[in-house]
Amino acid sequence: MGKTLFDKIWDSHVVVSKPGFPDAVYINTHFIHEVTSPQAFDGLRKRGIPVFRTAKTRATADHNVPTIDQHLPIKEALSRKQVEMLTTNTKEFGVELYGLGHPYQGIVHVIGPELGITLPGMTIVCGDSHTSTHGAFGAIAFGIGTSEVEQVLATQCILQYRPKRMKIEVNGKLKKGVVSKDIILYIISKISASGATGYFVEYAGEAIRSLSMEARMTICNMSIEMGARGGLIAPDETTFEYIKGREFAPKGADWDKSLAYWKTLYTDADAAFDVTLTFDAADIEPMITYGTNPGMGIGVTQHIPTLESLEDKEKPSFKKSLDYMGLEPGSGLLGKKVDYVFIGSCTNSRIEDLRMVADFVKGKKKADDVVVWIVPGSKQVEAQAKKEGIDKIFEEAGFNLRQPGCSACLGMNEDKVPAGMYCISTSNRNFEGRQGPNARTFLASPLSAAAAAITGKVTDVRELV
Amino acid sequence: MSKNFQHLVSTAVPIAIENIDTDQIIPARFLKATTREGFGENLFRDWRFESNDAPKKDFVLNNPIYKGEILVAGKNFGCGSSREHAAWAIADYGFKVVISSFFADIFKNNALNNFILPIQVTDEFLDKIFSAIEKDPAAKLEVDLDKQSLKIVATGEETSFDINPYKKTCLTNGYDDIDYLLSLRKEIEAYEASREFNF
Ligand code: SF4
Repeated sequence: MGKTLFDKIWDSHVVVSKPGFPDAVYINTHFIHEVTSPQAFDGLRKRGIPVFRTAKTRATADHNVPTIDQHLPIKEALSRKQVEMLTTNTKEFGVELYGLGHPYQGIVHVIGPELGITLPGMTIVCGDSHTSTHGAFGAIAFGIGTSEVEQVLATQCILQYRPKRMKIEVNGKLKKGVVSKDIILYIISKISASGATGYFVEYAGEAIRSLSMEARMTICNMSIEMGARGGLIAPDETTFEYIKGREFAPKGADWDKSLAYWKTLYTDADAAFDVTLTFDAADIEPMITYGTNPGMGIGVTQHIPTLESLEDKEKPSFKKSLDYMGLEPGSGLLGKKVDYVFIGSCTNSRIEDLRMVADFVKGKKKADDVVVWIVPGSKQVEAQAKKEGIDKIFEEAGFNLRQPGCSACLGMNEDKVPAGMYCISTSNRNFEGRQGPNARTFLASPLSAAAAAITGKVTDVRELV
Repeated sequence: MSKNFQHLVSTAVPIAIENIDTDQIIPARFLKATTREGFGENLFRDWRFESNDAPKKDFVLNNPIYKGEILVAGKNFGCGSSREHAAWAIADYGFKVVISSFFADIFKNNALNNFILPIQVTDEFLDKIFSAIEKDPAAKLEVDLDKQSLKIVATGEETSFDINPYKKTCLTNGYDDIDYLLSLRKEIEAYEASREFNF
């Protein structure tokens, strides 16, 4: 019987497989950032061991960095210390750092792909759950904890049990105003925030195939929000086109050899998945979440479920969630006033996202009482946006284009949504307090977020495109 | 944090909420420490304290009736961010066991790597535990890692749980994954030499 893409890559990276033990899996690329690495470096120091393969780890500072005045020292002492610690640690252990001020700096899941570090067939890990993003290239990529970061630094390997495989097929074509973020929010709303726990997902089908690399990254990025270990998409011409010529991508004869290998990376026709789910792209509306986990999503014209429609057991968590959000069961979201619009994060801060937003808002102005933050995913995205004059379009629309970082995705740095305020956000998590203590998050696509920026309320973007 | 686990009899702290994500367990703004200690103080910070740091009376960790080394929580515990700080906070607060009817993958690994035992039980058994504690907050649970069993002491109701044999050995003996991986150095170098591509 044939193999799935996942198994092909996994099998070629198993260093040792012993019965009763998890597999020791070799890791090709390890990304680190300032939040989940200090304790791992400390661990190495305590054991008196070096980083085993320094060239296979790359570092950047993203979670704690301010997104204005990046040339000044970070104001908040603890954030500054964590970022400085990354500089010290990478220097001491010989790891390459794209720190604040470096032309490659940015959100770790944005810079890996755009620099051509992320390649098909790789195993990639990072102490960050959205490492699944890199799966868009046909790589096995997943998030790990700090103890595991230490394992990889020490041995370039990680101990893992092979997950089960799930295939998610999205057939047909997307309707106007519906984009890849809507696909993934739709899937999660159907299978819940834990619907893929224990699985590695392969996305397939016409609607996925026709997406750009940026759009595929958005899908794979949110695999973790349905509990999946990771998600991947078999590489194809779109993938190869994207990689070709990037800074660290293979060149010349290396490129030809690599390409020949990458073309073998697909799931064999007779390979078996543990579970296969099928969706139709035509059923998908622009999506929005109403609750406090990413599975609590609806089409923008639909209504929040009523209490009666739920099982008794689900009611307390559901009520707690809606109380937090200040929303009523059974109500709709269309027309609901929003206070903040955040366009950014490793889900939707790539150049294509910014272009999509710029195309839409060109010649329009934001609503008066809405604060709009646009945070590019990296220095390179920022530079490209400026080159294309996108920054001017945002300025004219009254949007605040900031500097690269995780920003309001996680309420750790200076960018927080104030308590009680509603923020329509292109990020990936709507957990309580995620964007700041008591902040309320509606997750949506960059298009839907841009529409809300213009109207000042939750809007069906299809009426404006 | 004690580095091994075998047997425990303790009362438990119940949080009957589903989908408790790691942002609730430890909010991002408390992730700035560069050591593993001290996170217990901010465990469930925003559920436990008002914004002015006053304890929220109705939250279970602020209710002196409930204490113990076992945390019992609703299904899909530990979803969301991969932050190991969540496991550190739970361990630092003093929990050695977390019981739920479902765990997120990364959290489960992180817990085990910190010698916290995640025990997955059926929804029905979880309900039994919650009602036993509701009836009597002093109700004790007994965990036996060797036998892989969990008992509600008062009622004698018992269930078994799964744990993979490797992790069981680690937990029982206080070994960690790095010790094992470091012992594979020769195999790792041989693997590297055998690979034509850098991926
Ligand atoms: S943008 Fe948000 S989700 Fe992505 S790495 Fe940063 S904090 Fe994590």
